[in-house]
Amino acid sequence: MTTVAKLFETMDYGPAPESAAPALEWLKAHNNAQLGHYIAGQWVTPAEGQYFETINPATTAVLARVAQGGKADVDAAVAAARAAAPAWAALAPHARARYLYALAREVQRHSRLLAVLESLDNGKPIRETRDLDIPLVARHFYHHAGWAQLLATEFAGYHPVGVVGQIVPWNFPLLMVAWKVAPALAAGNTIIMKPAEFTPLTALCFAELTREVGLPPGVFNVVTGDGATGKHLVEHPDVNKIAFTGSTEVGRIIRKATAGTGKKLTLELGGKSPFIVFDDADLDSVVEGVVDAIWFNQGQVCCAGSRLLVHEGIADRLTQKLRARMEKLRVGSPLDKAVDMGAIVAPVQLERIRGLVEKGVEEGAKMWQPSWACPTEGYFYPPTLFTEVSPAATIAQVEIFGPVLVSMTFRTPKEAVELANNTPYGLAASVWTENINLALDVAPKLKAGVVWVNCTNMFDAASGFGGYRESGFGREGGREGMFEYLKAEWEMGEGRREKDVVAARPAAAPERPSPISPLPPMDRTYKLFIGGKQVRPDQGYSRKITAADGRVLGEVGDGNRKDIRNAVEAAHAAEGWARVSGHGRAQILYYIAENLATRAEEFAARVGRQEVDASVARLFTYAAWADKWDGAVHHTPIRGVTLAMQEPVGVLGLVAPEECPLLGFVSLVAPAIAAGNTVIAIPSEVHPLAATEFYTVLETSDLPDGVVNVVTGDKDALAKVLAEHDDVDGIWYCGGAAGAKTVEFAAAANMKRTWVMTRPRDWLDPRQGEGREFLRHASEVKNIWIPYGE
Amino acid sequence: MTATRHPTPTRPPAAAPAYPAPRPAGDERNPGTPLDLDAVLALRVNRSAVERRAATIPTRRTVKKEWQAAWLLRAITCMDLTTLQGDDTPGNVVRLCAKARRPIRPDLVDALGVAHLDIKVGAVCVYHALVPTAVKALAGSDIPVAAVSTGFPAGLNPFEERIHEVRASVAAGAQEIDIVITRAHVLTGHWEALYDEVRAFREACGPAHMKAILATGELATLTNVARASMVAMMAGADFIKTSTGKEPVNAVLPVGVVMTRMIREYEGRTGVAVGFKPAGGIRTAKQALDWLILMKEELGDRWLKPALFRLGASALLTDIERQLEHFVTGRYSAAYRHPMV
Repeated sequence: MTTVAKLFETMDYGPAPESAAPALEWLKAHNNAQLGHYIAGQWVTPAEGQYFETINPATTAVLARVAQGGKADVDAAVAAARAAAPAWAALAPHARARYLYALAREVQRHSRLLAVLESLDNGKPIRETRDLDIPLVARHFYHHAGWAQLLATEFAGYHPVGVVGQIVPWNFPLLMVAWKVAPALAAGNTIIMKPAEFTPLTALCFAELTREVGLPPGVFNVVTGDGATGKHLVEHPDVNKIAFTGSTEVGRIIRKATAGTGKKLTLELGGKSPFIVFDDADLDSVVEGVVDAIWFNQGQVCCAGSRLLVHEGIADRLTQKLRARMEKLRVGSPLDKAVDMGAIVAPVQLERIRGLVEKGVEEGAKMWQPSWACPTEGYFYPPTLFTEVSPAATIAQVEIFGPVLVSMTFRTPKEAVELANNTPYGLAASVWTENINLALDVAPKLKAGVVWVNCTNMFDAASGFGGYRESGFGREGGREGMFEYLKAEWEMGEGRREKDVVAARPAAAPERPSPISPLPPMDRTYKLFIGGKQVRPDQGYSRKITAADGRVLGEVGDGNRKDIRNAVEAAHAAEGWARVSGHGRAQILYYIAENLATRAEEFAARVGRQEVDASVARLFTYAAWADKWDGAVHHTPIRGVTLAMQEPVGVLGLVAPEECPLLGFVSLVAPAIAAGNTVIAIPSEVHPLAATEFYTVLETSDLPDGVVNVVTGDKDALAKVLAEHDDVDGIWYCGGAAGAKTVEFAAAANMKRTWVMTRPRDWLDPRQGEGREFLRHASEVKNIWIPYGE
Repeated sequence: MTATRHPTPTRPPAAAPAYPAPRPAGDERNPGTPLDLDAVLALRVNRSAVERRAATIPTRRTVKKEWQAAWLLRAITCMDLTTLQGDDTPGNVVRLCAKARRPIRPDLVDALGVAHLDIKVGAVCVYHALVPTAVKALAGSDIPVAAVSTGFPAGLNPFEERIHEVRASVAAGAQEIDIVITRAHVLTGHWEALYDEVRAFREACGPAHMKAILATGELATLTNVARASMVAMMAGADFIKTSTGKEPVNAVLPVGVVMTRMIREYEGRTGVAVGFKPAGGIRTAKQALDWLILMKEELGDRWLKPALFRLGASALLTDIERQLEHFVTGRYSAAYRHPMV
């Protein structure tokens, strides 16, 4: 029988290979597949002359030798970026827009070369690089060409951060380059890119494209290498910002390494994202959603829907459908156009997956894999489904980063949300139901930066991407992503030093006995303010507050870690504040302002009239914002809406500045609570009395108990406790470099958001002391994708 | 390929349970079930998700070279070669039937080495008036004649006339009857009425296989498509078919995704395999391959044979011939090189 006749009977799929030849020729044409760094517009051999191999994980064949970057290489790249920075930043926004537009077009013109090279280096299917990775790369440059064009008007008063170091992972090598490069260039920064060790090739190919479009030398540099190379970049003193995407483990190291250095930082880290299926969902579509969630890119996706949470009543049916679907998945050569899954990126990752799967089985979960076999050559792993998994199981908690789905059941929507949020991560979530009321009720309750309703793994440059909790901070894409590469104009140049400011401000007005009264002044006890009550400090110690002349002005409670603990608990108990309407929060802020104004004379005696009036105005500002700090509907390429919602960060620790004891305190507390956070505020250590007096204003203003908690004491010691507290979601710190470093370092434990203000502000100047910048830090943007159509 | 060692031996040896054991396809009929309205109304279809799935059917799978040639031959065997024009005459129907017997140029058949497969189309589909012509023209070929019926394409003739039309076509020798449903029953949610109507047509068909045309382009929503599919199968349709070819939108993949899932659902409930027929607008070999891929992916290999899969088409055949000639010669072919349909 002829082949055709035989195939007529079997109706099998045959091979459908995409040719690797053009990509291999490209490599060969580059020094016979030995690639150097790309620095200042030139290919540069590594200073120490060392190279490493990058392999094709589907065949284990060596694709190329790539430079191992050492300190000297990183220094050279940073120097090149620094040298290029002034001219690039000074370029007209429209000129930068032209470069970004050219990059978008250039990527499209070379789309197949990039797609094949990516597939070869990473092991992901050509279908994905062709249909998803590379089109999204081009899309990102188009979108940010637009931001470059609009920079002067849409980001008035902002300037580029300067020289940025960017470290990208191996799972979406070029896409992550684009996510980082496009906004950085649009904002006017220069770049040192460190691609992942396993997948450096497309970043190098992209470097060549930047040369083709005439990007000035030094604006975009690539230094290849391993973690040591990244470390040099992170620790380089002349880098103004680090943007990292990768594991939470490495993110934590970077957070610690940059603590106190003043480097701006964004981290996009791991996830264990829930995929929630309610009993009224379209189950066949759910199955395809699961395929896109966990068997996309071999499950090596930070936002992979790796935890399947299913309503108990439909769990068996869904499991059965999933297994049937898994039987039909095809794993094989990534360059075959008809495979669903390619190769795992490297042996170490394959071993990790195997190890965790074994652990899952050991711990009693039920594992299932399809009956067909993976290729034996190369690093392949079959799609894997675990059922009967308990939340306590290792595989339910740990990010596997492979094609392994763990399934659990829930009984009620409430329990689904609890299970979904029962993780240190908070990157993404997927919700499946045909009931719009249920979907839109659940989505805001999920701790995740992205929620996909009846869809999954949707990305677009117009919609910011990034996580809550230990999935990192900062957003990539959209307007919020641009702010990560910009700083306010007033932050430019040499700022005043903190001690100058503290010394410069007048001493607190002394509390004098009334000249007409023969009686001594009334004794006054300032306590801590926790959960709406004035409470004595846990240990029963007080600290004396003295004026500039050494006279004792009063005594405040000396708070300790237990007081912080109690305050954090009170703040959590008050989380209903987030659900109070903007109008409701505004009313209370106005009322606080009114009550402060009523006692203006009394506060003026402490801090001066100007500061009191400014504080009243500031409260008005955030009362005004409370019902206007709203979100957006993004233009993403779906038939549907992508809602960008401003959500409160949660429980915030606020460490107030020493200067402006009342206004500085109010300037932190007001935006935080206007955005719906509950707070633990530590007033000025030297001049806390205005703040302790202020809590009596709060007490009379209908503010729910626990929304604002005030703990006085040793500022840096209390800040450290707050920064180390795993149930605090963010911390703002005004103070010295040492304290800032302590806070940022300690925050690495739970990856809480930090905002350190070591450069003192002129709090009386509304451009520095209030506005959107504060509200942005008080909020997380959650993007909810809702495709529709009946 | 040999098996990699999976990390645990606990995997059950049995294959996927969601697809019941295959049974031989052939003359088996769908006896239907009572109308289960709760099941019908519980069906959920998310349009956006279905469209995403449909969009990746052609991007996730493809067949090339020998495989493509084999698949295209299979598409021919699943084709209901159709003419449904107001100007049909015995002359063009006879010509169509000749083509149905010899759908590929003999030199290409030889070059492909498939003469022994005796490739011919699945059926010839005509209006009632031309059934006798077609039956005569196809005598001895084993190619069944299908008749569109029940007031095709709108289906709004008096009920008794529609029943009579079915009987008349069967009496004239049609072995397959493509009925049209009353779209109004779907649009107004009168599922009992739809069930009763299709049930009555099914009885009228007697031994002839019945294909129920849902006219999905006039059903407004994919949820309606799902419900109409399920009701038609409960009422005993042997095939469900997308379109008459006369609606503004005919056979499109999202509709195919929904209908094939309903076939799977029905088989899961009853163990009965119902066939599927997309029709209307399928003109290229590439489209035919996409539909075959959809069948293989959503339903399985049993639905790659004419017993459970038909493609309603006419011009499609010429494009398939051109592709087959390209496979044989390596040169792109022209339509005029192939005997016209």
